[in-house]
Amino acid sequence: MKIKSALENYTFILPAVTIFSIFYIIPFIWVFQLGLYDWDGISFTKVFVGLQNFKEIFFQDSNWWQSMWNASYITLIALTFQNILAFMLALACDREIKMKNFYRVIFFIPPVLSEVVVGMAWRFIINDIDGANIINRTLIGMGFGNFAHNWLSDPNTALTTVAIVHCWKGFGWGFLIFLAGLQTIPRELYEAARVDGASAWQSFKKITIPLMIPVMVLVAILTVLGTMQVFVLIVSLVGGEFAGHTSVPVLRILASMRGSSRFGYACAQGITFGIVLIAISFIQYRFSKKGQ
Amino acid sequence: MLLRNVVLGIFVLFSVLGCSSQKTETKPAISVWHWMTDRDAAFQELAKKYETLTGIKVNFELYAPSDAYSQKIRAAAQGVNLPDIFGILGEKRDFASFIKAGHILDITAYMDADNQNWRNKFFSKALAVNEFTEGNSYGIQPGIFAVPIDIMTIQMVYNKKLLKQLGLNPNRPPKTLQEFLDIGAKIKAAGMQGLVSGWGEVWMIDCLANNYAFNIMGKDKVLATIKGEVAYTDPDWIKVLSIFKQMQNSGVLAQGLVTMINKSAEQLFANEKAVFSFNGSWCVNVYKGMNPDLEYGAMLPPEASSQYPMAIWGGAGSSFMVNARSKNSEEAVKFLIWLTDQDQQAYLSQTTNNLPANKNSLTKIPEILAQFARGMDYATHPNVWGVSEFSLVIEALDRGIQSIIIGEKTPEQVAAEVQKIKEREMSKRRAR
Repeated sequence: MKIKSALENYTFILPAVTIFSIFYIIPFIWVFQLGLYDWDGISFTKVFVGLQNFKEIFFQDSNWWQSMWNASYITLIALTFQNILAFMLALACDREIKMKNFYRVIFFIPPVLSEVVVGMAWRFIINDIDGANIINRTLIGMGFGNFAHNWLSDPNTALTTVAIVHCWKGFGWGFLIFLAGLQTIPRELYEAARVDGASAWQSFKKITIPLMIPVMVLVAILTVLGTMQVFVLIVSLVGGEFAGHTSVPVLRILASMRGSSRFGYACAQGITFGIVLIAISFIQYRFSKKGQ
Repeated sequence: MLLRNVVLGIFVLFSVLGCSSQKTETKPAISVWHWMTDRDAAFQELAKKYETLTGIKVNFELYAPSDAYSQKIRAAAQGVNLPDIFGILGEKRDFASFIKAGHILDITAYMDADNQNWRNKFFSKALAVNEFTEGNSYGIQPGIFAVPIDIMTIQMVYNKKLLKQLGLNPNRPPKTLQEFLDIGAKIKAAGMQGLVSGWGEVWMIDCLANNYAFNIMGKDKVLATIKGEVAYTDPDWIKVLSIFKQMQNSGVLAQGLVTMINKSAEQLFANEKAVFSFNGSWCVNVYKGMNPDLEYGAMLPPEASSQYPMAIWGGAGSSFMVNARSKNSEEAVKFLIWLTDQDQQAYLSQTTNNLPANKNSLTKIPEILAQFARGMDYATHPNVWGVSEFSLVIEALDRGIQSIIIGEKTPEQVAAEVQKIKEREMSKRRAR
């Protein structure tokens, strides 16, 4: 009877396991296998090089680690600035304010736009010679003319500008998830706290924050995974890696695959990148468990 | 009973008809994959014409943008399901990899048939890009492996109206680097933008750097550098890298050039916001679409030295290859022979403003295209050098030039970094 029950259970999860294996596990193993070869992606012959590609990534490829650092920088800005903004806006829309449905729609427009469109639009807004130069004009108009410069082609500001545009595009997702999370908190808890004499800040600290932690973890993981893989926005904003200042891992993988025809090496980079992302997500998850 | 007989009769009739041999012979359909958005309508029109003439249907399938096309072709090569005719976007080593994998038909015999009738129709430099010569470093047997559809040269273009506004002769663009640099101060004073180009996408930087390398040290020394016999720290290479610093300091380069995408550069030049542009002959069609009244001319990059002639990149603009595994390869070659004939080439050139690969079709092209065509006398291309530089070295050089332009690194620092990567790659190759 027990065996029958176990078999039944396995039968139920079999379709999901099969799909997951075909589309995730097997390709991952296959890409790892290709990472052990020197292959141009076209020839039928591949040269087995063992872990040589991985060794090169870890010990020789400074461009790769620069790209990881750049992606981490954008991710850090997204985790803080973007998610705090999203949370604050979600809090505002969770209350009984006028036109809250209108705001919900407005805040969700940037995420549904194509990254190419967003990149081109912001390039037009920011750039001073082939665009409207709105930011510099505003700065000059406000008397901060000293700060006006070419934001995208200055190595000191290019990556931060990219990060801010990325946050603008991505905060809507966080907003939506935070809002959904806030709406699951029973209103009775706030009413009981108010009856007990708790201030708004105390309610926020003792009710909202603890109950929102699982949602925050989810948003944080999604932000890390989404931001580390950013590249289309960069291409449309600055054309590419800009002397390494806007280089990110996906652009490096593409450069290896297409620019250098090093398909095997690109696969090794992809695996390394994937493992880093899995590790970050796992650490975040463990921290959230500890926090709870 | 009647019903049973009717059903039986229908069954017998169908059985007899089904067993009869098919008399209609279907002609093969040729499939062509390409990425050329601007030429698609013209290709479709020519395909219709070819079907009317021969009864053979040609399906042109457009996959754009070029990045997506490039990936599609590679995926199709890996899956051995390439179309009858296709193009490759990439360097000569990619071309060689496709040949080595048996994907591309050697068309030398077709080119040389009837006293080289087909070969003689093309500009020799256009064919050279698609040819592998004896003893090439890729290990490919000598031969021609692709058909040029059009040719291109990458040069500088100048806005005549803006040159006049700067107090210069609009019909005499700068010939020397010093003349070019001197215009920088005038451009700055007038609040205009100087040279625009797609240098955010880096490969065009590489192109101009190579132009100056040929001009300063000559072809032999450039090739010797690629072979590893001359170091990138050589004074001549420092001179090449210093040109970019000089240009930046003179004010002749547009602001934000290092992150400029070519589409933006084209818009700026077409909208008369920039005096110069570094672009390929395909820009004629682009500018025509953006600003039909634009008055401009093409020029060679201003010479930095009189010791060696200036060289520009040119040759086959886009080429088609025949799938060696295709059962329609004979028909595909016949179609390409027809497509590169004088009338079809003239039609393509007139409708798309690209330079024809067939030299007999050059008679009725606009003056600006003729100026680009005259650049063919100075044309060279990495694909005809027989040796190719490591892609990581090219990348380091391009990124280094971007760093020089933004004042982050000196030419000497960049040269040292590039040489370090060159040595690392050479030692890796020796170890293999």
